[in-house]
Amino acid sequence: MVQISEQLNSYRSGPDENGFFGQFGGRFVAETLMPLILDLQDHYEFAKKDASFKAELENLHKHYVGRPSPIYFAERLTDHLGGAKVYFKRDELNHTGSHKINNCLGQILLAKRMGKTRIIAETGAGQHGVAVATAAARFNLPCTVFMGATDVERQKPNVFRMKLLGADIRPVTAGAGTLKDAMNEALRDWVAHVDDTFYIIGTAAGPHPYPAMVRDFQSIIGQEAKEQMMEVEGRLPDHIVACIGGGSNAIGLFHPFLDDPEVNIYGVEAGGYGVETPDHAASLTGGNPGVLHGNRTYLLQDNDGQITEGHSISAGLDYPGIGPEHAFLHESGRVKYVNATDKEALAAFQLCTQLEGIIPALEPAHALSFVEKLAKDRPKDEIILMNLCGRGDKDIFSVAEHLGVDI
Amino acid sequence: MTISFTTRIDERFTECKTSNRAALVAFITAGDPDVETSLQIMHGLVASGADIIELGMPFTDPMADGPAIQASTLRALAKGHTMKMTLDMVCEFRKTDPKTPIVLMGYYNPIFIYGVEAFLTDAKKAGIDGLIIVDLPPETDDELCIPAMNHEINFIRLATPTTDEKRLPTVLQNTSGFVYYVSVAGITGTKKPDITKVDQAVQNIKAQTPLPVAVGFGVREKQQAFEIAQVADGVVVGSALVGAIEQSLDKNNAATEKTVASVTKIISDLRSGIEEAAQNA
Repeated sequence: MVQISEQLNSYRSGPDENGFFGQFGGRFVAETLMPLILDLQDHYEFAKKDASFKAELENLHKHYVGRPSPIYFAERLTDHLGGAKVYFKRDELNHTGSHKINNCLGQILLAKRMGKTRIIAETGAGQHGVAVATAAARFNLPCTVFMGATDVERQKPNVFRMKLLGADIRPVTAGAGTLKDAMNEALRDWVAHVDDTFYIIGTAAGPHPYPAMVRDFQSIIGQEAKEQMMEVEGRLPDHIVACIGGGSNAIGLFHPFLDDPEVNIYGVEAGGYGVETPDHAASLTGGNPGVLHGNRTYLLQDNDGQITEGHSISAGLDYPGIGPEHAFLHESGRVKYVNATDKEALAAFQLCTQLEGIIPALEPAHALSFVEKLAKDRPKDEIILMNLCGRGDKDIFSVAEHLGVDI
Repeated sequence: MTISFTTRIDERFTECKTSNRAALVAFITAGDPDVETSLQIMHGLVASGADIIELGMPFTDPMADGPAIQASTLRALAKGHTMKMTLDMVCEFRKTDPKTPIVLMGYYNPIFIYGVEAFLTDAKKAGIDGLIIVDLPPETDDELCIPAMNHEINFIRLATPTTDEKRLPTVLQNTSGFVYYVSVAGITGTKKPDITKVDQAVQNIKAQTPLPVAVGFGVREKQQAFEIAQVADGVVVGSALVGAIEQSLDKNNAATEKTVASVTKIISDLRSGIEEAAQNA
């Protein structure tokens, strides 16, 4: 669990008691949900300080997830790029194939403690849905996953996985049928089943305490990476990089490094067809502050405050918002937010597969595309650490389609 | 903090109380199916017996609304409806109806983007009396509730079955105009309220505030209006109206000659339920 730093001028002191990171975050929800969210906050605060909660989670991390995930020196990639050394934090090796399980286990333990008997979740690419369905199966709780109808179509392997795990999949046809619409529908279900239902939000967004709670559960990534870097290199990396949709893997890697000024931090948003076109999902680069899904953050929206649809080759990144702590870190300047296009991500996906024998998910392929540019620019004695947050098995069908290959 | 001011809402509830009956509050979405028809519907609502109009401000992501209101908000947006058009509609309505209270209902983001001060100034000028903003709970009162009071606009709060006695004072604190009791935990227009539970909840609220209490979420039939009118100061109908609008449209979601009448028919029906409740009392 994260220790909130007491140090003055810390970037790690948020959120405040109302859930704000500067002007971002908060609790913008319907009254029906308010008592529930306050109750969740109390339970979470209590669990955070409870040694038995921590012990149970650590036990699951070690024996069920396979943590700690290794860090790996990507030697051939480094040679190929000819600059700074590139390391991967291998969260794609976790059980279920991504970082999402870190958060799901934390939240499901909390659901158990609160006496909730039913789990709901939203999912985009299906990685979070699979992790939730897995945790729900492991803890014997019925589980309903809301997924945009468009995503159900383009993520068939994950849909079938969730079904095998016993989850009830509800395709959502409203809007463009993607992640944002799935989240609306999950919130509607939650409002109607407040007594027995726990909503496991997959990203570091939503009403307080979700952004802080998801961050805390994901911070295991950065904590491990910090220790592992010290072990292997005897120092912290010069640069850390992660991809961002809602931003849960990124905040998990970044948070333990925020108060280490010698570490440069980069978040890579989905540039889609290019941030100069309307078809991207780069909320920080191409959006502006607004209020959606319970928090104030950067959103893709029109001049009238209507939310627009994000586009990305990666279904895990096409959310039109971003976690509020990232909005705060963006405005404070501590983290630099850049982007990679569909094309660049696709190229990085292939490069990683060919040089390292690792098929990355399309999400971290965005981060990798930026790492390519950064490594080429930086001297050989510098170190870049990238979070390889998911594996790409789920993406091979859509990659084949983009490459014009019939499988 | 208390700021003292009177709006058309207060006056209307007083009038209804004098006639010993509950007020009928009617919700429609602004710009559905188009601005012109929407305006005709507003006048039609008043003519057929509605006391207060709630005008939905369309939003792409209406998280607390059921399928009927979601669909209506998206129909309005598909026609290019904007916040400015909603406010202009109210200006136009006020030219011939200076008395009927109008409450704008919706979500915070379109207001936040319009700019809170600019919005409140323009809303007051247009003749808006109150606001119901679903995703602004009392914890966020500094955002819009307090500024609205400074512009003499009522900020009407929702109380729900999950609002327990401990939380109720927080909910009531800066509420003015009336209290909107959401009779079911859920989204708009999906479940039927249980009248005994509603009665108890309304009494609990009234024990803590002198404000009128209106009850909504799931009201469709005359019998329900009849029952609710006996335990509350107001009956709110929404999904039934926007559902009727949807049914009346042609293949291209354009208004037909049936559109206005389909709404006014429901209103007259509910109003007669309220009148019968008044005679029954």
